Amino acid sequence: MVRQRTPTQEERYLTAFESFASNGWISDPSWLKDLRTSAIERFRELGFPTARRGNEEWKYTDIAPIARTQLEVEVGDESKIGVASIEKFLVGDDNWGRLVFIDGAYSRELSRTPPLSRGVSVTSLAEASATMPDVLEKHLSRYARYDEAAFTALNTAFIEDGALVQVPDGAVLEQPLQLLFVSTTPEAMSAPRTLVIVGRDSKVTIVETYVGLTGGRYFANVVSEIAIGVGAVVNHYRVQQHSKEAFHVGTTQILQDRDSTFNSVVMDAGGALVRNNLNVDLAGENASCTLDGLYMVNGTQHVDNQVMIDHQQPYTTSRQNYKGILDGKSQAVFHGSITVREGARKADARQNDKNLLLSNECEADTKPALWIYCDDVKCGHGAASGQIDERALFYLQSRGVDQEAARRLLVRAFASEIIDSVKQEAVRAHMETIFDEHAQEYRLT
Amino acid sequence: MANAMLEIRNLDASVGVADVEILKGLNMTVRRGEVHAIMGPNGSGKSTLAYVLAGHPGYVVTGGEVLFEGQNLLAMEPEDRARAGLFLSFQHPVEVPGVRLSEFLRAGYNSIRKSRGEEEMSARLFNQMLREKAQLVEMEPSLIQRSVNEGFSGGERKRNEVLQMAILEPKLAVLDEPDSGLDVDAVRIVANGIERLRRSDRAIILITHYQRILDYVVPDYVHVIVDGRIVKSGDKDLALEVESVGYDKYEEELEKSLSG
Ligand SMILES: Nc1ncnc2c1ncn2[C@@H]1O[C@H](COP(=O)(O)OP(=O)(O)OP(=O)(O)O)[C@@H](O)[C@H]1O
Ligand SMILES: [Mg+2]
Repeated sequence: MVRQRTPTQEERYLTAFESFASNGWISDPSWLKDLRTSAIERFRELGFPTARRGNEEWKYTDIAPIARTQLEVEVGDESKIGVASIEKFLVGDDNWGRLVFIDGAYSRELSRTPPLSRGVSVTSLAEASATMPDVLEKHLSRYARYDEAAFTALNTAFIEDGALVQVPDGAVLEQPLQLLFVSTTPEAMSAPRTLVIVGRDSKVTIVETYVGLTGGRYFANVVSEIAIGVGAVVNHYRVQQHSKEAFHVGTTQILQDRDSTFNSVVMDAGGALVRNNLNVDLAGENASCTLDGLYMVNGTQHVDNQVMIDHQQPYTTSRQNYKGILDGKSQAVFHGSITVREGARKADARQNDKNLLLSNECEADTKPALWIYCDDVKCGHGAASGQIDERALFYLQSRGVDQEAARRLLVRAFASEIIDSVKQEAVRAHMETIFDEHAQEYRLT
Repeated sequence: MANAMLEIRNLDASVGVADVEILKGLNMTVRRGEVHAIMGPNGSGKSTLAYVLAGHPGYVVTGGEVLFEGQNLLAMEPEDRARAGLFLSFQHPVEVPGVRLSEFLRAGYNSIRKSRGEEEMSARLFNQMLREKAQLVEMEPSLIQRSVNEGFSGGERKRNEVLQMAILEPKLAVLDEPDSGLDVDAVRIVANGIERLRRSDRAIILITHYQRILDYVVPDYVHVIVDGRIVKSGDKDLALEVESVGYDKYEEELEKSLSG
C-alpha cells in the first residue's frame, strides 16, 4: 500500500526522538530502547493517518489539526502542580488508590498508593522499569500493537512513564484505583502509557481520567493496555474532560482470557478533537464485555469513538451501548465494529448507538460494521439519531414544568441510561457533575 | 357570565401540516363546581379540544377565543396554563424514559406553587404526599419511582393521570377518556378517584364514550360533539340516550341543519 505523508509533519517527532534517544534514556534497558526505536520506525513508515478515500477507520475524522500543530514532546514537571488545582478531578474517597501524572510524568506527591495485598503492584512505569523490569519486558506493548496504528506507534516511541498495575492470580485490588492524567502545557504532546495485568480470578476497578489545567492547545496521546486473566473481572471507567482546545487520541486495548469479564463505561465531555479507540479481543471461551459510552459535544467539538470487538472464541458475549448528545456545530462519530471469527460459535453481540441532536448544525455519524465468519451466532445492531421528543416535552410542560427545564430533564433522561447504570457510586456522582457542567451550555430555549 | 370559569367562543382549530379543520365554531361555558361530560364519535374533535385548551403546539387556532377566568388562555404557554390552574389528563399518556414521576411532577408542582407565591416543597415531603395520594387511585407505590409511563399498562397510565391531577389540584381538569381501555374494576377505581377530587371550586370536563363512568361522576351537563361542533347539550339523561341510540341521529341532524 502506498501511504501518503507530508514529511514535515512527522519530522518534528523524529527529531524529538533523536534527542530523546541521545539524552533521555541512557540507563534504560536495551529491550526498551529497541521497542521505542522500532516504534518510531513504524511511525515514520505509517505517517499520520489521513481521511483519504478508502481509509474507513479515519473516514469522518480529520486529524490534520493535530499533525499541523507544532507540538513539543513534553516530559512533565510534576513539581509545579499543587493538590488544590486537581481537587475537582479526584474521584472516590480516601480509601481509593490514586496515581497522578502531570504531562505524562508520575507525581509521587499527588499520588496515594492504597494498602495492597501480597503480590499486587500499583506503581509508575518509570519506577517499575527499575524494580520489575522483567514484567515490563514481558508485557509492555504486547497487547497494544502499533504496526497499523500511527498514534500508538508514536506513544510507544516515547514511552517513559505511566501506570503499572499488576494483580497476581486470585488476588484482588480491594479499593478502586484512579489514574489521573493532567495536561498542563500548551503546545505540547504527552504520551503516558498504562499497563494493567490482571491474573486469574482477580478483580480490579480502575478509573482513568484525562483532564487539562491549561486552556491552550495540547495533545494527549495515550495508550492503555489491559490483559485480563481467566475468570477475572475488570471494571473500567474512563472520563475525558480536557479543555476545549485540546487534542486527544486514546487507545485502550483489552485482551480477555476465558470466562473473564470487562465492564467499561466511558464519558467524553471535553476536547476540540478527540479520537478514542477501544479494542476488545475476546480471546477465551465465554469471555464477555459490556461497553457503555456517553459523549457530549458542543461548539465545534469533534469526538470520534471507535469500538472494535473481536469475538475469537465460542460463547463470547459483547454489549455496546453508546449515546451522544450534540449541540452547536459539533460532530460526533461512532464506529462500532464487531468481528466474529470462524469457530466462535454461539457468540452473542449487540451494539447500539443513539444520538440526541440539540441543534440543526450538529452532525452525528454512526457506522456499524459487522464481520461475521461463523454461522451459529447472534448479532444485532441499532442506531438512531433524533431530536427531543416533542410529545414528551408537551407532557412535561402541561404539568407546569417550563419549557427549558423540561428540555433539560429530557436531555438528562437521555443520558441517564448510561450514567445511572454506573454501579460505582463515586464514579456515577463524578459523571453526573460533569454532565451538569456540560449541560449548562446547551441552548435549550 | 361573571362567574364563568371557562368561556369558549366560536372556536375554530386545525391540525398538522395539512391544515385540516377539526373544530368548527365550538361554543361552551363552564362554571366553578360544574362537571361537563363530552361525548361524540371517533374523530369528532374531542381530543383536539382538550389539546387546544392545554396549548399543544401541533394545533392551530384559526378563529374564536377562549377565556379562562377572564384571561386569554390561547395566548399562554402550556406551562403557564398549568400554573393558572388547568390540567389535562391525556387520552394516550406518553412514555418518558429516564424521567421519574416523582422527579418531574415535583418540578411542575413547585413551579405552580412558586407562581402563586408559595414556598417550594422538599423532595421528602413531596414524595410522602405522592405516596399518600397514590392510594386514591390504588396505584402501586413502586410505579412512582419508575420512568413515567414506561412499560405501564393502559390502566396504570390512566391512574397515573388522575394521581397527577390529585397532586396538582387544578381549577379546571380536562379528562380525555380516563375510562377507555379499562376493565370494570379499574373504571370504578379511576371514577371514584375523580369523584373524590370533585369540589365546589373545581370544574371538570370529562370526555368519554361510555355512560358507565358517569354513574360515578354524575355530570351536570352532557354535550354531544359531532364534526367539531356541539350539536346537543342536556343533563345526565342525554348520556343514556346517546348510549342507547348512538351518534347517527345527531350526525343526521347536523347534516340537515347545515343544508337547511
Ligand atoms: N396530528 C394530526 N394530524 C392529522 N390529523 C389529525 C391529527 N390529530 C388528529 N387528527 C384528526 O383530527 C380529527 C379529530 O381527532 P381527535 O383526536 O380530536 O378526535 P376524537 O374525537 O378525540 O376521537 P377519539 O374518540 O377517537 O379519541 C380526526 O379525524 C383525526 O384523524
Ligand atoms: Mg380522542
